[in-house]
Amino acid sequence: MLELEELLIRLGTFELRATMALREGRRYAVIGPSGAGKSSLLNAICGFLPVAGGSVRVKGRDITADPPGQRPMTMLFQDNNLFPHLTLRQNVGLGLRPNLRLTAEDEELVAAALARVQLGDHAEKLPAALSGGQQSRAALARVLVQARPWVLLDEPFAALGPALRAEMLDLVENLVAETGAGLLMITHSPEDVRRIAEEAIFVADGRAEAPMSAADLLNDPPPALRVYLG
Amino acid sequence: MAAAALVVAAILAAFAGVLSRAEIAGGLSTSDWAAIRFTILQALLSAAISVVLAVPVARALARRRFPGRGLVVTLLGAPFILPVIVAVLGLLVVFGRSGWVNAGLDLLGLPGLSIYGLHGVVLAHVFFNLPLATRLLLQAWQSVPSERFRLVAQLDLAPRALFRAVEWPLLKQVVPGVFALIFVICLTSFAVALTLGGGPRATTIELAIYQAFRFDFDLGRAAMLSLLQLVLAGGAAVLALGLLPSVSPDAGLDRPLQRWDARGGTQRFADGVSILLALLFLLGPILAVVLRGVAGLAQVPASVWQAAATSLWVAMLSVALLMALALPMAGWIAGRGRGRVEAIGLLGLSASPLMIGTGWFILINPWADPQALALPVTALVNAMMALPFALRSLVPGIRDVLRDYGRLAATLGLSGWALWRWLILPRLRPRLGFAAGLAAALSVGDLGVIALFADPDRATLPLQMYRLMGAYRMEAAAGAALILLSLALLVFWVFDRGGRWHHAGT
Repeated sequence: MLELEELLIRLGTFELRATMALREGRRYAVIGPSGAGKSSLLNAICGFLPVAGGSVRVKGRDITADPPGQRPMTMLFQDNNLFPHLTLRQNVGLGLRPNLRLTAEDEELVAAALARVQLGDHAEKLPAALSGGQQSRAALARVLVQARPWVLLDEPFAALGPALRAEMLDLVENLVAETGAGLLMITHSPEDVRRIAEEAIFVADGRAEAPMSAADLLNDPPPALRVYLG
Repeated sequence: MAAAALVVAAILAAFAGVLSRAEIAGGLSTSDWAAIRFTILQALLSAAISVVLAVPVARALARRRFPGRGLVVTLLGAPFILPVIVAVLGLLVVFGRSGWVNAGLDLLGLPGLSIYGLHGVVLAHVFFNLPLATRLLLQAWQSVPSERFRLVAQLDLAPRALFRAVEWPLLKQVVPGVFALIFVICLTSFAVALTLGGGPRATTIELAIYQAFRFDFDLGRAAMLSLLQLVLAGGAAVLALGLLPSVSPDAGLDRPLQRWDARGGTQRFADGVSILLALLFLLGPILAVVLRGVAGLAQVPASVWQAAATSLWVAMLSVALLMALALPMAGWIAGRGRGRVEAIGLLGLSASPLMIGTGWFILINPWADPQALALPVTALVNAMMALPFALRSLVPGIRDVLRDYGRLAATLGLSGWALWRWLILPRLRPRLGFAAGLAAALSVGDLGVIALFADPDRATLPLQMYRLMGAYRMEAAAGAALILLSLALLVFWVFDRGGRWHHAGT
């Protein structure tokens, strides 16, 4: 369980409150208008934004004050998900060992993860030598070796075309199914929600609502969401 | 943090050494007052002339696009790594008693110029600071949004109106800072005063410290003068701190703005002449060194090659020391907010190498032979002189890296040495290479503390070259100058290239 209790995020005059309990192994979409605080919510859960009040708990343990790297979760950002000066093997390897001292066993895990996202032949390449889709897959390979109980996506595929984005979402769905991780992803597109999410969290007017069934929410949206969806 | 403390401790130790011996009771003699007056006068003149001449050159470069413009802008950065003593020799060849200019004047039946004394000191300072002023002004000019020039073109403003609407407000904003910076730099200039100044009427405080130390071996007086220098230069720097512009030798100035104004023939002609004259003034002395140097290479004694090896060794030590000081400091500064801390680096510009040298000499003297430590002390002082420039380049670099990749590093749990090893150092490599190259070139060309400490057997290349000049072996000195120039450019190039070599994904 990932529990947010009376979580309060304050940025200048902006405030966002959230109380909810999310279950591991399920896939949640976070939707809402621009500027409503979707990214802030994920950044606060991940430890990049100090929270003004409330708590974040995973499996009953309070992690509100833990540094990002020690939380049982990993996040993909809109960009800069790979270090451009390191090879794919090194980038993925950092997910296992922050000092990059990889044992033979670790090397096998890295190679397997790269093979799993069809980049087995590209292990020694730098990210700049790859296409946008390949870079996204490399970042997913790192998420795979990190094997954290929660995966958070802050629109990492926003720059990809629709077909490629759908492909990535399918890959994400398979990966979290394999690791049993819970997924929390920001999206702007109702199709993405239908495609991958089981439940949806609607963020608007300073509140992140508790998750509802994604299908129900889209088929019978509350007034605020109706305005947003148009 | 520890590095910052070390730098402060090094300066404080020197200060304590100076204080312990300064004979303030005696007061200031007439020659001390003359030194103070001359120091301020030459710095004022140097700053004023550099800025006034820089305005038309910067304006011309800002509004003209021509093939080779990038090269000209790069050349303006060259004095950063050009050894002072080499430039002085070049200026002597061009403007000296039997130099090119005087030969021309002689042909025309006009009286000759003397390069020694106030003229020469100011001339050399303008040679070094005109390019700096031009770069800083150009930087300001290029920060004017291109929309404003589009508006100027729409309104079809006359040159006078353009000057009043755009250029005058700009100049009013940046000129005081540029002036203050050059003034502060010229206050602590030593090598120029040593070679072109001297005598009761053209002695700077820095030179007076050297003379008290070297000729009279009057440590008390040297210490008192050091204190004076510290108060004067430090005071000026503190007063000017708010004004000082940021000096980043690697600022991207090769991006010309699209301009629609100043198409008139006279303006084009004036701009062309400005750029040409500036180039002639800058390249002439360098060309002179190369021409004379090639002829003089055959006469270079073996001691010069030995000194070159010594200089290289000192430079490498200096780079290593700089990195050990600059990296932790830059990391520490980048971790906190912008503001004051960065400005303190600029105070280093006003630090007087001879003051630090005198202080340490006094401290070392009771325990060990200072001459035996001449080279390590030189390397350390050189590293401290390069520190402000290194911080200027490294701090923004680290800030950029942390902004772009800080969150990723945090999710991966990268911290401490791993963070430096896998993220910061690789991303910083081009800037590290540049800073190291600058430090190495500065150190190779520096004629400062070494002149205080050195004995006849130990000399760096600039000192050896100075000794040849002092012995009127001008051909051999020119050969040494060419070697020194090549060495400075070479070390800069090697480090700078090394930093960019195979640098991935910018």
